[in-house]
Amino acid sequence: MNYWPLLGIAALVAGFALRANPLIVILVCALVTGVAAGIAPLHLIAALGHAFNQSRYVSIVWLILPVIGLLEREGLQERARILVGRIKAATAGRIILIYLALRQITAALGLTSLGGPAQMVRPLVAPMAEGAAESRLGPIPDEVRYTVRAYAASADNVGAFFGEDIFIAIASILLIKAFLAQSGFDIPPFKLSMWAIPTALLAFAIHGVRLWRLDARLERMAQRGRVARERPP
Amino acid sequence: MIRLADVYYLTGAMFAGFALLSLRDRANRKRFGNTAFWGLLAVSFLFGSRLGDLANGLLVIALVLLGGTRAMGVGAPKSTTQGERDARAKRWGNTIFLPALLIPVLTVAGTLTLGRISIGGAPIADPQQVTLISLALAIGVAFVVAMARFRPPAVAGVDEGRRLADMIGWAIILPQMLAALGAVFALAGVGGIVGRIATTWLPLGHPFAAVAAYCIGMALFTMVMGNAFAAFPVMTAAIGVPLIVHRFGGDPAIMGAIGMLSGFCGTLATPMAANFNIVPAALLELPDRNAVIKVQIPTGIALLVCNIVLMYALVYRFR
Repeated sequence: MNYWPLLGIAALVAGFALRANPLIVILVCALVTGVAAGIAPLHLIAALGHAFNQSRYVSIVWLILPVIGLLEREGLQERARILVGRIKAATAGRIILIYLALRQITAALGLTSLGGPAQMVRPLVAPMAEGAAESRLGPIPDEVRYTVRAYAASADNVGAFFGEDIFIAIASILLIKAFLAQSGFDIPPFKLSMWAIPTALLAFAIHGVRLWRLDARLERMAQRGRVARERPP
Repeated sequence: MIRLADVYYLTGAMFAGFALLSLRDRANRKRFGNTAFWGLLAVSFLFGSRLGDLANGLLVIALVLLGGTRAMGVGAPKSTTQGERDARAKRWGNTIFLPALLIPVLTVAGTLTLGRISIGGAPIADPQQVTLISLALAIGVAFVVAMARFRPPAVAGVDEGRRLADMIGWAIILPQMLAALGAVFALAGVGGIVGRIATTWLPLGHPFAAVAAYCIGMALFTMVMGNAFAAFPVMTAAIGVPLIVHRFGGDPAIMGAIGMLSGFCGTLATPMAANFNIVPAALLELPDRNAVIKVQIPTGIALLVCNIVLMYALVYRFR
C-alpha cells in the first residue's frame, strides 16, 4: 500500500501548528496529497476546481451580510444591549445557556436553520450576552468581551451538533442508515435517533455547567483587568 | 421554479457589488486586492457552472494566493458613528429586531411549504434545495423590510455588507476550500490508508478496546478531515462493523449513532471545521482565530469520554 499521501496530512498539521494562512496550508496539503498519490497535476487542479464549484452552496449564507450590516448601522447591537440591560436577572452565562437550550431543542425538531453564527450569534446572542456582562460588571476589558463572544459561538455549535441527530431526517442520520444498509444491516432511522438522546443530554449537562460557571469566571477576569489598569506603570 | 442556480446568481451579484465598491474605496491601501478577490468570487458564482473544471481550479488557486498573502485590506465604507447608533437604537426601539428574526422564521416556513406549493404544475422552489432557496428568499424579504423601515442611502446595503465581508476576509472561502480538499483526499484514497493504519497498529483484542479505538478514531479522523461524515464510513468499515458488531456482537444502531456523535466531539476541536469554528471567530471579530475552538475543547474531551463509556455500556447489552 502507498502510504505517501499521508505526507499531505503531515503538511496540514505542520501548517496549522506554524500558524500559516489556512488557505495556503490547505492548497499545499491538497497538492502534496494528490502528487504523492500519483494524480497528474492538471487533473488535480481540475478536481479542486470541480469540488470548489460544487460546494458553492455553503457560501449562500453570506447573502445575510448586507442585512446584518444594515441593522448594525441602525443600532441593532446597541438595542440588544439596552434590552438585556433592563432585565435584572440577565447575565452573560444565563443568556448563552438559554440559547444553548433553544438551539438544541429546535435542532432536535429538525429546525437547524433557525440558528447559526451569522443568523443568530453575531446580530443577537453575542451583543445581548455582552450587554448583560456590561450592565453587571461595568465597562469590561476586551478579554471578557472576547470570552463572551467565543462562548456564544460555542453554544451555537454544541446545541446544533448534539441536537440535530435526534431528528430522524437529518443528513447524518441518513448517512449512518445508508452506510449500515450497505454493510447488511437494515436499521430504522428512529432507532438511530433514539440512541442519540443520551449523548445529547450529557452534552447539555457538560456545556451547561460550564456556562453556569461562566459568570463567576468573567467577574474574576474583569477584576484582574481593573487591578492591572490601576497599578502604576 | 426557483433553482439553486438563481441563488448563485444573486450571491454572485452581491460579490460583484463588493468588488465595485472596493475599487472606489480610496481609504483602503490594498483596494485592488479586495477588488480582485471579490471579483473572482463573483465570477465563480455567476459563471462557475460554465467555466469548466480546470478554469475553476485556476480560479481557486488565484483566490488562495490573493487571500493567503495579505493582498487584501479592510475597506472603510461610510457607516454610522457610535453616537448615531446609540441614538437610532433608542429611536427605532425593538422593531429593529424584526428583520433579524424574520430570517430564521421565514427560512423554516419556506422549507416546510415552498417545495410543495406548485404554480402551473411546477413547484415554486426546487424541492431538492428548498432549505437553501428559502434561506435566500428569507434574507431577501428581510433586506426589503429593513430598507423600507430605515430608508438608508441606496448603496448602504451593499456597502454595509462589504464592511462585514472585508472583516471576515479570506475566511469566507475557507469552507469551500475544505470541501475541495475533501475531494482530493477521496481521490487519493486517504481514508483507506488511515483505516488500514488504525487496524494494524491498535490493540483491538478486547470489546472495550474496540469501542475506545472506534470512538477516539472517529474524533481524531474528524479533526483531520474537518467533517464527521468523511470519517464515519472509514472508521466504521475498519473497526466498527468487523470488530464491534461481528466479532464482539455489538448492536449496529447504537454503534452508528454514538460513533457519529464521537466524530462531532472532534468537530468541536478542529480548525478544519472552518464554518463552525474559524468563520464565527472572524465574524465576531475575535483576534485569536482559534478562540472558539479553545472554548469548545473541554466540552469535546469530556463528551468523548462519556461517549466511550456510553457505547461500552450499551452496545453489547441491547441487541
